[in-house]
Amino acid sequence: MAKLKKIVKPSLTALQKCPTGIKGMDEITGGGLPQGRPTLVCGGTGCGKTLLAMEFLVRGATQFNEPGVFMSFEEKAGDLTKNFASLGFDLDALVADKKLSLCYVHVDRSEIEETGAYDLEGLFIRLGHAIAATSAKRVALDTLEALFSGFSNETILRAELRRLFGFLKDKGVTAIITGEQGEKSLTRFGLEEYVADCVIFLSHKVEQQVATRRLRIVKYRGSVHGTNEYPFLIDEQGFAVMPISSIGLDHDASSARVSTGIPRLDTMLGGEGYYRGSSVLVTGTAGTGKSSMAAHFVDAACRRGERCLYFAFEESRNQIIRNMRSIGINLEPWVKKGLLEFRNSRPTLYGLEMHLVTMHKAVESFRPSIVVVDPISNLVAAASDLEVKSMLSRLIDFLKMQGITAFCSDLTSVGGSLERTDVGISSLMDTWILLQVLEGSGERNRGLYILKSRGMKHSNQVREYCLTDDGAQILDVYLGTGGVLTGAGRLAQEAREKAERLERSQLIEGKRREMERKASLIEAQIAGLRSQLDAERDELAREIARENLHQEVLIRETQVMARARKSDQVPAPPKTVPKSVKRGGK
Amino acid sequence: MTKAAQGKAQTAQTKPATAGGEQWQLRLYVAGQTPKCLTAFANLKKICEEHLEGRYRIEVIDLLLNPTLADGDQILALPTLVRGLPEPVKKLIGDLSDTERVLVGLDIRPLSTGRKIGC
Repeated sequence: MAKLKKIVKPSLTALQKCPTGIKGMDEITGGGLPQGRPTLVCGGTGCGKTLLAMEFLVRGATQFNEPGVFMSFEEKAGDLTKNFASLGFDLDALVADKKLSLCYVHVDRSEIEETGAYDLEGLFIRLGHAIAATSAKRVALDTLEALFSGFSNETILRAELRRLFGFLKDKGVTAIITGEQGEKSLTRFGLEEYVADCVIFLSHKVEQQVATRRLRIVKYRGSVHGTNEYPFLIDEQGFAVMPISSIGLDHDASSARVSTGIPRLDTMLGGEGYYRGSSVLVTGTAGTGKSSMAAHFVDAACRRGERCLYFAFEESRNQIIRNMRSIGINLEPWVKKGLLEFRNSRPTLYGLEMHLVTMHKAVESFRPSIVVVDPISNLVAAASDLEVKSMLSRLIDFLKMQGITAFCSDLTSVGGSLERTDVGISSLMDTWILLQVLEGSGERNRGLYILKSRGMKHSNQVREYCLTDDGAQILDVYLGTGGVLTGAGRLAQEAREKAERLERSQLIEGKRREMERKASLIEAQIAGLRSQLDAERDELAREIARENLHQEVLIRETQVMARARKSDQVPAPPKTVPKSVKRGGK
Repeated sequence: MTKAAQGKAQTAQTKPATAGGEQWQLRLYVAGQTPKCLTAFANLKKICEEHLEGRYRIEVIDLLLNPTLADGDQILALPTLVRGLPEPVKKLIGDLSDTERVLVGLDIRPLSTGRKIGC
């Protein structure tokens, strides 16, 4: 939207625009209707032409101080006043303030006899007078085509209409002319031939029993404008167009983080949780705990004092509160405090665009920092996949523009691929968490893993997601020789492992003891050998000593003998054998 | 014709009633002195003289001078002739050049020899 304005502003002699004050309308027209020119609003019965025209005048009178003239060919002034009172427009007060003039023009062919050449100067005079009386800047003619039923001479009529548009331009008033939709042309009597500056087409289509109002700018001379069909809403505040499809991708990206409400999930997401203002998608088959995860997120946000808006398409407010109590989350105080608001509606209640528009309005009035949509897949019931995708992308863009963290859950159908959302919006999401049923050993358990999380380090591990009395908990799964096991299987496997461990430790203990025994045996053998050696060494020493003694005795006897014979030579005393074992031989 | 031209706001061209017949009140709405308006006044005058002699009253209303008066009779086209009396109200638009239609529109019973159509 900002883009359109940017384009219009810098041009030198850009077309002057007359702001309508109607929500969204000024955005798609880039500032309003062409100033001082007539605009044709056409569409089928009951599509809101009169309302658009009247709101243009009322808003002009109240917001822009531009008085207006409403010339009605169908409804009388009294009826108009009554009808618009229900929308909160006090026409009587505006008329009394001379800010609005209601002119009822009665056209009835049965009362009129044509007797020759004529023109519609009377209409011009009345219109001119009303404009002068209120110094009007805006004029609405509803429905000009009623003239065609009142006069038979179409040639005169067409010439007069041409003159009328010239007259309006001369007066410098911005005019809205309404016209009934024709079968082949935009209007039944081809009014678009005369009003060539700006043509707005309103439609009210019913698809699969669901009605959606749409608005399209068919042409707008001299101005850039949104060309799509924009859904619009008529409610107690009047007309509201949502230029949702024109939201761009130029939103800010916050690097602040916001906790998921589940501590282990935070750690899986780089330790801090989601990015603020990002979009989070949680997919899973039925009963995998998507809503519980949403409740955790909401609960954590409310604890921080942030506002949350919860769109529930499946359960009622009280049901959600009751169910979440079973996992230890009490949402009721937050609702009472006004931090949490539930918007519960059935997807088939109204059309998809209407959902989007009501969501827009809810977001704009409640100003939440977190929006939960639970589940988005249910919207498929209201329209085709393609439309849902386009609607969701616009919703997410819108929330991102506002810096709101969006948490969407999506129910994957059984049988389809898990890594595929039914509405194909996974690429729009920043963080995608998949909840999966792990079936085995006669039970179903919940597994969780992060499929993607843009811009942050995240765990690639499959975790077990348990819903306990104290909320959701994330546990490590069993990863071992038996594969991935969860729940009772994991517990059984763990017990089995414990037993195995015990057994192994017992085995080792036995081996250790045997070794000790062996060691002590060897010690004993060593000791025996050593004592034998010692004994032998002693034996040797004794033998040496005996030998030495023997030698000594022998020498002494020899000396004694020599002395006795008076020998001239006395033999030297003998060398004793050393006691060393090594040197000593026998 | 020029007599009509002097028709200012609510200029009344009166012909006092002579006979006891019903009084016809006719209002001719015009916007200034356009040729169409002048023709219409002339045509009306002629028809009245012919068929309603002495029983009619013509009021010429110039909307350029009194635009508010257009609302009462719901005037769109000009010139418009409104038959106020006798009831019911009848409206004729155009310059009244189609006399037959004017006579039918005004419910004027032709006089004894009502074969003067086409004048």
